[in-house]
Amino acid sequence: MREQLINLAYLVASILFILCLRGLSSPEQGKRGIFLGELGMLIAVVATLFKAEIISYQWIVAGLLIGALIGTAISARLPMTKMPERIAFSHAFGGLATSLVGIAEFRRHMLGEELSRLETGALGFEVFLGALTFTGSLMAFGKLQGFISGAPITYKGQNFTNIGAFLATLGLIAYQVAVPDAPLWMFFLVLATGLVLGITAVLPIGGADMPVVISLLNSYAGLAACATGFALGSNILIISGALDGSSGLLLSLLMSKAMNRSFANVVFGAFGTGGGTAALTAGGPAKGYNEATIEDAAAVLAASQNVIIVPGYGMAVSQAQHAVRDLAAALEKKGVDVKYAIHPVAGRMPGHMNVLLAEANVPYDVLYDLDMINDDFGRTDCVIVVGANDVVNPGAKTDKQSPIFGMPVFNVELSRSVIVLKRSMNTGFSGVDNELFYLPNTMMVLGDAKKTLIALFQAVKGDGH
Amino acid sequence: MSSEIIFGLYIFALATFVGYQVISRVPALLHTPLMSGTNAISGISLVGSLVAAGRGHDAISTALGTIAVAAATINVVGGFMITDRMLRMFKSKKAPASLPEKKA
Repeated sequence: MREQLINLAYLVASILFILCLRGLSSPEQGKRGIFLGELGMLIAVVATLFKAEIISYQWIVAGLLIGALIGTAISARLPMTKMPERIAFSHAFGGLATSLVGIAEFRRHMLGEELSRLETGALGFEVFLGALTFTGSLMAFGKLQGFISGAPITYKGQNFTNIGAFLATLGLIAYQVAVPDAPLWMFFLVLATGLVLGITAVLPIGGADMPVVISLLNSYAGLAACATGFALGSNILIISGALDGSSGLLLSLLMSKAMNRSFANVVFGAFGTGGGTAALTAGGPAKGYNEATIEDAAAVLAASQNVIIVPGYGMAVSQAQHAVRDLAAALEKKGVDVKYAIHPVAGRMPGHMNVLLAEANVPYDVLYDLDMINDDFGRTDCVIVVGANDVVNPGAKTDKQSPIFGMPVFNVELSRSVIVLKRSMNTGFSGVDNELFYLPNTMMVLGDAKKTLIALFQAVKGDGH
Repeated sequence: MSSEIIFGLYIFALATFVGYQVISRVPALLHTPLMSGTNAISGISLVGSLVAAGRGHDAISTALGTIAVAAATINVVGGFMITDRMLRMFKSKKAPASLPEKKA
């Protein structure tokens, strides 16, 4: 009877989780959705505590308290610019939790308990995917945080060894399923290859590809949870893991599509090492660009009726979202129509720019997706590019040599004038040169984006008096 | 092959399908809250770790379980908290009084 009630509670929790995700179809319903998710989690946890297998609570309470404390500490006041790191970090915790549960289950087997074939196979996948998510996410975290170089790190035979190790692991798991008294070290070898593969698989992936990597790790964390569900015979784990896994997969597919690159190309690509330099030298060294002062830029803005702002990772780096908002507000006050163009892969994770601008109180009705706004550039007086590069590179449409050729980009060059805020004329992360910067209707304002925006704001505000 | 695994695969396939349908309706605007939200939900691995920590098998299992409980709780508490914080930041032009808009 007790088991049935617990399972019923799990069913309710699973439904609440689905409703929680469904709520995220709009910001208004989102808050209610999250509440339903929290309720579902509470029901599931309380129901679990009633399980007959649980005989002592002291360590459970300790774990819950420590987790709640750390969870609150890293979430309550975290600035939104740190969100990509935060997400990568929590994927690491997810991977850690599932692999530890897997090891704890296997420990029973080591102490003499018999495991079914299903349990053996599922535990293998669980610790492998969990370990891979753990170290992979820590690597992604390190790259985002700058502990590890954000540039792709490659060596000869990299893909070959990675794929080889992956296949070998599958073989090991299959052997353990087939041979019931397989040696114990095999299980730990699976765990170890998971840990190593997490590192080696993320090494060759560059910073600009982080949105895909983070989404992929999200998906792996979900699959690890699914495997846990199979190992423990727990449907709620299978359901939640599948939700998490499909979310991550869908996001990584969307991100790959937004870069016009196949999934495999991102995972095995090592973007921005070879082709970038070729594109750079092809243009020749003598290209001139218009460097503009704040006054020049302000004069252009003063003469504009409508303005589109294109933010990129540079906005996050210089924490310029509030300065962007102030400038936009000053322009709106003068009757200028201001919109924002948000590229799916702008920033370091899906939706990065939206969250930053929301933090700065920019209403979401003026944030436009690529498809919604790309036809407007031809009718726009001025575009301000704030620390974005690849997503405004016209070479993606014309230059077949360019490594980003085919990637859908904003048609900013069609607008009457373009103001580019950029730290320097370096090609930056991806190493791809950008023709936009050398066009006659482009003005380059070099320097820290935040400082430039504040100066522009003052110039625009003072202008009308 | 046991019926248990078939049953599990049924649930997995259907849940993946539901997940895909539900998540394809999430706008790009909310992709970051989606990630942190699914992250919080993935903390449901607590269901496994709570048992591992409280089963009282041996010291190693209990220690592993306790760490797993802590790690999963970090995701649950932190994930829901930060998702809620983020969603509160998303405001429509129509809602706040500070940005008046003409109404038809």
